[in-house]
Amino acid sequence: MTIYLNKDSKIIVQGITGGMGSKHTNLMLQADANIVGGVNARKAGTTVELNGKELPVFGTVEEAMKATGADVSVAFVPPAFTKDACIEAIDAEIPLLVVITEGVPVQDTAEVFAYLQGKKTRMIGPNCPGIISPEESLAGITPHTIAGKGPIGLVSKSGTLTYQMMYELRDYGFSTAIGIGGDPIIGTTHIDALEAFENDPETKAIVMIGEIGGDAEERAAAYIKDHVTKPVVGYVAGFTAPEGKTMGHAGAIVSGSSGTAQAKKEALEAVGVKVGKTPSETASLMREIMKDLA
Amino acid sequence: MEYQAKELFAKHGVATTLGVVVETAEEAKAAAEQLGGVTVIKAQVKAGGRGKAGGVKIAKTADDAFEHASNILGMEIKGLTVNRVLVTPATPPVEEYYFSFLLDRANRSHLCIASVEGGVEIEEVAKTNPEAVRQIPIDALEGVTPEKAAAIVDDAKFPAELRDQAIEMVQALWKVYVEEDATLVEVNPLARLEGDKLEALDGKVSLDDNASEFRHPDHAQFEIREEADPLEAKAKDLGLNYVKLDGAVGIIGNGAGLVMSTLDVVAYAGEAHGGVKPANFLDIGGGANATVMANGLDVILNDPQVKSVFVNVFGGITACDEVANGIKGALEILGDNATKPLVVRLDGNNVEQGRAILDELNHPLVTQVDTMDGAADKAAELANA
Repeated sequence: MTIYLNKDSKIIVQGITGGMGSKHTNLMLQADANIVGGVNARKAGTTVELNGKELPVFGTVEEAMKATGADVSVAFVPPAFTKDACIEAIDAEIPLLVVITEGVPVQDTAEVFAYLQGKKTRMIGPNCPGIISPEESLAGITPHTIAGKGPIGLVSKSGTLTYQMMYELRDYGFSTAIGIGGDPIIGTTHIDALEAFENDPETKAIVMIGEIGGDAEERAAAYIKDHVTKPVVGYVAGFTAPEGKTMGHAGAIVSGSSGTAQAKKEALEAVGVKVGKTPSETASLMREIMKDLA
Repeated sequence: MEYQAKELFAKHGVATTLGVVVETAEEAKAAAEQLGGVTVIKAQVKAGGRGKAGGVKIAKTADDAFEHASNILGMEIKGLTVNRVLVTPATPPVEEYYFSFLLDRANRSHLCIASVEGGVEIEEVAKTNPEAVRQIPIDALEGVTPEKAAAIVDDAKFPAELRDQAIEMVQALWKVYVEEDATLVEVNPLARLEGDKLEALDGKVSLDDNASEFRHPDHAQFEIREEADPLEAKAKDLGLNYVKLDGAVGIIGNGAGLVMSTLDVVAYAGEAHGGVKPANFLDIGGGANATVMANGLDVILNDPQVKSVFVNVFGGITACDEVANGIKGALEILGDNATKPLVVRLDGNNVEQGRAILDELNHPLVTQVDTMDGAADKAAELANA
């Protein structure tokens, strides 16, 4: 099994006619994702041909869902329009919304997140590579050629580190790999993904990739302690990175943590997560676990 | 910086005194004369602890203002050179409070922090008397209504005689936060002056670059170029995401996470090679064409501290052959200006084609290594040679 996305997922693309939208719809089709249409209010009623497939363009997410039975939307809309695109998808009650767009103002995302509460949509992103369940489906920009299906679940803040880690462990393969995005506010967190992987019988072990800033990894560690029985291997990027923009006095009080890679590593190790110093060491730790499980 | 924060405060109706920003002691003297009476001369740098560092002085006369300004200008505070001072009328506070709106990552919303126990560092108050530091969540959809502002003021226990002024100020500060797309609006101290007047005596505003990009073109004026490192300034002009560090191994990679990871891997590898460290962070992002690569190499090779360069690319969307052509093109563009060894690690999309292009190029400065760890080791070794 997979989490959030599988071979039966019917996907629409918001912004399918744009440069990014059409390029990646093409790539998703090459990964055998079941793309059933797209949305662009100004081009409603037309079709686009991508990867040899004629795809209908609808005026709204709601119309697209009615006509196609879509249950996933991938948004490639410019940052200025992302908030409205998300709210439209949430109002249409799309079960899964994957927001690839980079550069969304964080106050917009805060509004979208508040709007999501009590609604039927799960949002992944923004500013993320999306989600891939290898050999089943792809909703995002992760190259489908890196690794195949397998027993490892992966959740990561960073896109290229997702690719690197999938590559390192390509001989084992992945149930699902999710890039949750590195923005300060995101729809799906490490914790959400850990919970889903814990409940997925075919995921045997989990790789969790974090990076400096915020305290998401520390909170994930607390969650693992109480709720995750499957082995988890961690990696945190940014041990030697310069101190980023600090949030002044107020930020330090709120996070209650320094946000450093070292603090995150220690928090994860304290709950029994093995943390690699480098991507390759992290992969080796996972290999040992897979050998023990075999 | 303080004076910029105050400009934004004034724009949205937050009570504050702008003062005069000057760059020379003569101008400081003239400003003090113009303002009359006792003034405060305050260093303008993006750093806290300016008072402790000697960057804030009271001037009784215009001549004092001249003297203090000449001492403060050129001074270094937390590694930043003071190029400007703010001259404001001295308005000794009767009481000092703390107030901020900020992004609350953990709760994925906004937060208000308010305390009437000001005058000392707010972190200290939070430790010793956490009850006195009120943290009030803000609903991102509702924002700060007049009712919410009143609730904040009452929760923080502002003195009754200041209640109306405080409610007005809280709403004005929320306007700064929302209308400027800030991630932090901090007033410290928020002062009660003689005559029960509430005023933002000092403040800090952090703006969201994502929003500034298309919603607030006017925010570009807040950027002070001369504070930046010259290589960082050059990189910024070229549209590169670059941060200067202190080591000898130049780094180019794609994707912030992978580049951060590359810095770590190089630092670890450096332990076996005389302790060499990464020289920079440079993320060329998705579209690594020849121009971007050439610009990146140009910046890094101009760093006199750099002894070797590590190009670490995982081709996800970017194809490795495009990256290889980028390196090839960059070396052609740079010609004899390329003088330092390049260690290149390519993996992922179209890796065979990419490696073949570099093999064929057979450039004396370029070494290809298959793995990230191996390449980091090679780059560190070359930097230590």
